[in-house]
Amino acid sequence: MSGLDPLRLTALEAKRLLREGEVSAAELTSLYLRRIAAVEPLVHAYIQVCADDAARYAALIDSEMTASRGALAGLPTAIKDNMVTEGVVSTSGSRILQSYSPVYTATAVRKLFDEHVVMLGKTNLDEFAMGSSTENSAFHATRNPWDVGTVPGGSSGGSAAAVAAGEALWALGSDTGGSIRQPASLCGIVGMKPTYGAVSRYGLVAFASSLDQIGPLTRSVGDAALLLRHISGADPQDSTSVGLPFEVEVPTAERLDGVRVGVPREYLAAGIDDGVRTRFDETLRLLEDLGAGLTEISLPHTEHALAAYYIIAPAEASANLARFDGVRYGYRAAGCDDLVEMYERTRSEGFGAEVKRRIMIGTYALSSGYYDAYYGQAQRVRRLVKDDFDAAFAQLDLIVSPTSPSVAFAVGSRTDDPLAMYMSDLCTIPVNLAGLPAISIPCGLSEGLPVGFQLIGPAFSENALLSAAHALERAIGFAAVPELRGAGQAVAEVTP
Amino acid sequence: MNRWEPVIGLEVHVELKTQTKMFCGCAVAYGDPPNTHTCPVCLAHPGALPVVNRRAVEYAVRIALALGCSVPPRNVFHRKNYFYPDLPKAYQISQFDEPLAVNGRFDYWVDDERLSCRINRVHMEEDAAKLVHAGESGRIAGSEYSIVDFNRGGTPLVEIVTEPDIPSPAAAGELLRQLRDLIVELGVSDCVMEEGQVRWDANISVRPAGSEELGTRTELKNMNSFRFLQQALESELPRQIAVLEAGENVLQETLHFDPETGTTTPLRSKEEAHDYRYFPEPDLVPLVMDPAWVEEVRAALPELPAARVERFRQQYGLSRYDAFALGNTRPLATFFEAAAASGADAKLLANWTMGTYLAYLKEAGLEPGAGFVTPARLAGIVQMIAAGAVSGSAAKEVFALMLTERAEPAEIVERHGLGQISDQDALAAAVATVLDQNPAEVEAYRAGKQKLLGFFVGQVMKQTRGRADAALVSALVRKALDE
Repeated sequence: MSGLDPLRLTALEAKRLLREGEVSAAELTSLYLRRIAAVEPLVHAYIQVCADDAARYAALIDSEMTASRGALAGLPTAIKDNMVTEGVVSTSGSRILQSYSPVYTATAVRKLFDEHVVMLGKTNLDEFAMGSSTENSAFHATRNPWDVGTVPGGSSGGSAAAVAAGEALWALGSDTGGSIRQPASLCGIVGMKPTYGAVSRYGLVAFASSLDQIGPLTRSVGDAALLLRHISGADPQDSTSVGLPFEVEVPTAERLDGVRVGVPREYLAAGIDDGVRTRFDETLRLLEDLGAGLTEISLPHTEHALAAYYIIAPAEASANLARFDGVRYGYRAAGCDDLVEMYERTRSEGFGAEVKRRIMIGTYALSSGYYDAYYGQAQRVRRLVKDDFDAAFAQLDLIVSPTSPSVAFAVGSRTDDPLAMYMSDLCTIPVNLAGLPAISIPCGLSEGLPVGFQLIGPAFSENALLSAAHALERAIGFAAVPELRGAGQAVAEVTP
Repeated sequence: MNRWEPVIGLEVHVELKTQTKMFCGCAVAYGDPPNTHTCPVCLAHPGALPVVNRRAVEYAVRIALALGCSVPPRNVFHRKNYFYPDLPKAYQISQFDEPLAVNGRFDYWVDDERLSCRINRVHMEEDAAKLVHAGESGRIAGSEYSIVDFNRGGTPLVEIVTEPDIPSPAAAGELLRQLRDLIVELGVSDCVMEEGQVRWDANISVRPAGSEELGTRTELKNMNSFRFLQQALESELPRQIAVLEAGENVLQETLHFDPETGTTTPLRSKEEAHDYRYFPEPDLVPLVMDPAWVEEVRAALPELPAARVERFRQQYGLSRYDAFALGNTRPLATFFEAAAASGADAKLLANWTMGTYLAYLKEAGLEPGAGFVTPARLAGIVQMIAAGAVSGSAAKEVFALMLTERAEPAEIVERHGLGQISDQDALAAAVATVLDQNPAEVEAYRAGKQKLLGFFVGQVMKQTRGRADAALVSALVRKALDE
């Protein structure tokens, strides 16, 4: 037990240790709760840590669930706070849901609960998952454990930072335009967005319904496969979910002989930092060493993808967030004289600036007389982006790119420049528009900060994608861990 | 001749009587305590998602097919966005440019005229919750506070949109009545108006008589009374004509009808109209309609009122009016057919059903088929008339006594000696008595006042308490007087 390092322990290893009785669920949970107590004041990964419930549940697993343990029993897990959890306040990082206690649990989370994971807490995010730095949370900004002066990426920055800092064994995030992969990249961990429809969205607080997808943030590709296996599946409560037509396998591949890999020139055209580019090129050579064949390809509509995304996502969001009106739950402005004032003040006071910006963009894009020029056109572009991928995958098994054009940037450096912030998602957004699965794995450091390598597969190719990522992960051998300044200091208080 | 003619179109909303709501598993129920049929989906809690009710789609397809619509291979749900406390998501899931069904037709009767109205579309959506405004006005403006009952929120609705083919307020009322009868026949809604299970918006414009062009229309929103609709249209029509004759333009606006004053007042103008920002509902995949399934639904449709009315005309030799009165709604039609199956004379049975029987139902507050008067009992009376066993007027007495004494018609006849007197000798004696008692009238008749025949027959009937065979009496009177 004393030898366990929360910065290096994988879920697959923890599962084995629990099964073989080398560690108890209570000990494992305690390891993470102590780590949270120690580093959370620097990282601020969580909105809420459920220390008592976690410890109590872990003890219950040890004492009473000897014969009937679920497949993930006792594994300490963090959940992004835009997934609702019954009786546990779920804020989506917004003031408007600051004290909202859900009456049900999201399907993906419930499936993990059914396998007896221990929920450590709810992680921070950009408000309603709108952002790429986790600075848009209504509560606090999360810091990157590699350098607390930089952001962890976003919007699943809390989940990514928690895993990277050893504050969770693994975590769930959600990805609308890169919100799992980009923070995974910036925090030096693995993050996977499954094919659209593989995982139920029921209970995921909707940002952009046609793009949102829940996925794993883990320390290894194998862990991502294990977690995906348990969260995926068709859900009668989500009409857009279809599950995966196969059992997700924990990958074992060591070679990539004959795998055809495309490198889209549009993703490398501009704005990729030199350090990122260097790591990326080195990783391409590793792919070749493993037996893969590389081809430069073109995805010609890439340059329009970002624009289309920033119409479609805000348009859907403008409707999805309209239910937060102060009538039934959540924040309601006090002392209003009439209905319109209540709506206006509730929403003005309840939402942050970025959320308001996107609601306004989306409302405008859908308004009468502009619909065709904006929303209609964006949908046509989306189709073309998907066609690009379909054409490419007719010849290829995988497409690869840097996950993010840069490493973690300084806290506050882009908050006044929304466009620069939006550019963080240049390489990830087209994947959501096309509904494809993609995974980001760490491929080295640049200026002491992690660089992520993205692998994109055809729809429903998760096993092949995980196999390739696993083989490449082995070859890369990324072993660095963040050195948190101040970590290990006794810290009295855990954030509430 | 009228210089102006009205053009009226309707949007009819029908609440379907499915077990559960349109997009969640909550029960569809009326009259239960407020907010007892709710869940995360119909309360629009964060993260909740809609799932289409398959039975609601089937019911909507029934309506569409009964209206002769075609059902395209796929249809798409859209979000219709607006803020209001009765709409928890702040958007209604509805359909927009790819509806469930299009291009139908509804034929209806206005007096003896058969009119046809084109159906533009039939689409599916969800109902809003119920708002109750505290305060005197009963409307949101000026109320102290409002409370919301979400039981109704999410009830499946079908919207039927007609083309502007309706030529008069009276025709609009008739169309709606007959459309309601059709929908009830389909078993998809009870269309209880007091419960708001069927409601409609009407749009009306006027144009020079004979013109093909449509004038500017106004809309009357959310009515659920045939009478108010007709009144509202009848008050709006001269208003528009007056505006046009004054050389001004009708403003496109939504109007509110006040039944107390009988007038319309503007609710909002075109400029103030909502921008609903329709876009495809990303939480639902397009509905793909399996043609084989649609045909199954079609094959399972019941006989529709129009077809039944036509069949009644042919099968029973009834007039258009009688066939419609008996055949347009299923409960009465079923009663009539059951009675007719006994072999009773159809025309006589029709008269008795529409006359004595309907009057009885109304007085007793019963639905057709309920109560003591079964089809067999009514048929029994009619058969006795046809067989000459009772006279027509005695039969009315049999009907009344049957109800008070709860006995079979034949037994009543027996018990009260109401059998028809067809015995020539007995009736001849009665005729002779009447003639003896009325010498002046006999005189007058013989002087040429032939109308008095009826008087003598009536007197004989009276004497026999209506039991006499009226035709025979008539012949005997004439014979006696002509001697």
